[in-house]
Amino acid sequence: MEVLKIATAGSVDDGKSTLIGRILYDTRSLTDDKLEAIERTSKQKGFDYLDFSLATDGLVAEREQGITIDVAHIYFSTAKKSYIIADTPGHVEYTRNMVTGASTSQAAIILVDARNGVIEQTYRHFFINNLLKVKDIIVAVNKMDLVDFAQDKFEAIKAEITALAKRAGSTQNITFIPVSALQGDNVVDKSENTPWYTGTTLLEHFEALEAQDIYEESVARLPVQTVIRPKKDEFHDFRGYAGKLYGGSLAVGDEVTVLPSKTASKIKDIYFFDKKYSVAERGTSINITLENDINISRGDIVVKSSELPRETKALEAKVCWMDTTNLVVGKKYFLQQGANVIAAKVSAINSVIATDFSGEAPATELKINEIGNVSFKLAKTLFYDTYAENKTTGSFILIDPQTNNTSGAGFIQ
Amino acid sequence: MNELRVNTLESEAIYILREVAAQFEKPVLLFSGGKDSITLVRLAQKAFWPAKIPFPFLHVDTGHNFPETIEFRDRLAKELGIDLIVRNVQDNIDAGKVVEETGKYASRNMLQTETLLDAIEEFGFDACIGGARRDEEKARAKERIFSVRSDFGEWDEKNQRPELFDLLNGKIELGQNVRCFPISNWTELDVWSYIERENIEIPSIYFAHKRKVFLRDGMIWSAEDDVVYRAEDEEVQEMMVRFRTVGDMSCTAAVLSDAVSISKVVQEIRDSSISERGARIDDKRSEAAMEKRKQQGYF
Ligand SMILES: Nc1nc2c(ncn2[C@@H]2O[C@H](COP(=O)(O)OP(=O)(O)OP(=O)(O)O)[C@@H](O)[C@H]2O)c(=O)[nH]1
Ligand SMILES: [Mg+2]
Repeated sequence: MEVLKIATAGSVDDGKSTLIGRILYDTRSLTDDKLEAIERTSKQKGFDYLDFSLATDGLVAEREQGITIDVAHIYFSTAKKSYIIADTPGHVEYTRNMVTGASTSQAAIILVDARNGVIEQTYRHFFINNLLKVKDIIVAVNKMDLVDFAQDKFEAIKAEITALAKRAGSTQNITFIPVSALQGDNVVDKSENTPWYTGTTLLEHFEALEAQDIYEESVARLPVQTVIRPKKDEFHDFRGYAGKLYGGSLAVGDEVTVLPSKTASKIKDIYFFDKKYSVAERGTSINITLENDINISRGDIVVKSSELPRETKALEAKVCWMDTTNLVVGKKYFLQQGANVIAAKVSAINSVIATDFSGEAPATELKINEIGNVSFKLAKTLFYDTYAENKTTGSFILIDPQTNNTSGAGFIQ
Repeated sequence: MNELRVNTLESEAIYILREVAAQFEKPVLLFSGGKDSITLVRLAQKAFWPAKIPFPFLHVDTGHNFPETIEFRDRLAKELGIDLIVRNVQDNIDAGKVVEETGKYASRNMLQTETLLDAIEEFGFDACIGGARRDEEKARAKERIFSVRSDFGEWDEKNQRPELFDLLNGKIELGQNVRCFPISNWTELDVWSYIERENIEIPSIYFAHKRKVFLRDGMIWSAEDDVVYRAEDEEVQEMMVRFRTVGDMSCTAAVLSDAVSISKVVQEIRDSSISERGARIDDKRSEAAMEKRKQQGYF
């Protein structure tokens, strides 16, 4: 069955968790024991309605404060599809967790409170979804019940985001739906309160989307995770290169080049477990052998010889900063791209980018939740594609060697 | 032409297992003999074939396990030629390090943590691979695939590392350790469907069988095992039941079932309106039972 991955986005209290809880409730995906727990807790809190955010806000601190702190992964299915929903926090302090949820999703539901319209966090989340190239954006104008389901409120928000998308040069599919997460209008069932709205409900929209791997079809890249040497008599000389295949398929007999050594060879066998295949589709975790005995280790990349990536020792990228310690010139990080980790030194911060797409400004550091253009000097040659060409070889994380924290995410332009 | 088609969840799990093997020096697979850890074992076989699974198994034995599970555990490890390390909660109780709970709901679930942390220290494990899934429980739904724990095993749930795309950051300081969850994104149904597709053998208690049981709090408890506390007035009867999870017997209730084959189990789960952990009394102690256990070092 198709698996569709969706993340929520939007400012704090715009109703993301409530919406997801509502979807679960209206699709009858909440089991009896979970529903009972929600009923019990809602009552204890003195609410006269069911607080559906309790279906996803699983941490004590979240339930106490009524906010989401970290991503919850929620699973449900319809007759047509399986869904994985990443319910992310709206609070600016937890933007790193929102990025975590959005990074693996094909679609994003950006919620906007119909009363407040587009605010700073809406811009930031729209920006991040654009940076990540999340394909399908659904703008859910929420809390329509609090504005008497007024069409003009909906249209105003639609116009503002449409203008924003234009400014951003967005090529994403953007859909607008007026909803009430709390009451269920246009979530699973069509609302009678919005006769002026002729589009689909949120769930109908998801059901019609074609589920796709976020790592799209481009060029085949096999980052080698580990070399498999069985040390068994029957596989005495076996040397397998194991990794997950991204971007395209590989076939037995393909002429390949191994990077960084640039050694050429041919694919001898493709294994998945104990079976041999002539072709492997992208997304598969395979184990290949090559015709020649060449020296390959973790972090190397196998590519088709006709589709070589670019290379550099001076890298420029858009960086989304997620650490409370600022990014400054001269600081060293581990840059992890696929299975490849190399030392990188910040050589320049070229600009910080306004998340409402109003422009860029010079900067000497990147603070938490800021996005900027950064140049790095690399200890070794990096083989890469742009993020637009290939998400795997075009993205990386920066790890602070002092704290081991994942401090930033980079997107090669 | 024979083309390998993608199975997203399987590929993801294999990818994660390979990352664990490559990024850590001393990983261990936590093996309980339950369906999730059995599934992990099959995935690990696939990830490293034709080489042997490159890490040992560790079982933290509460002493309250179903005998069928223990038997199964020993047989599988032997068949695969994998080192199986067993550490007993009973030893810590005997040594006076932990105190056994008493009463109607007494269980050794909490005590497992101490034994697990001791084993991690004894062997110097830097990564523990577990079969936890995010759909099991609301605190689990919040956890990363690589979940960093302090040297006291603590989970800092409000301060988890970002985890983007497939990129897993396993860098840690000495003494810290990472809990790694390759089947995070699988649901209970995904696991059962996989067991069916792969024709994986599992312990018999997962299938419907006749058992002497008694009822308490609307749940069905085994009356065949003395570790399950039963009051005098709790009447024993015979029913067709199976277990959905095979944890500590004292806190794992059975469900009524006539599913005697894997395909029937799959069908039953599809139709079920109760979640898997609905039959686990350890999660019912309080709203935050799982989160609290995790903060202290539990899985
Ligand atoms: N009237 C009304 N209230 C709503 C609606 N949706 C959500 N709310 C309320 O808005 C508040 C915030 O809802 P949440 O679902 O927790 O918001 P959130 O976007 O998940 O917030 P964070 O995760 O903390 O960013 C709660 O009190 C909800 O009951 C709606 O459609 N109508
Ligand atoms: Mg929320």
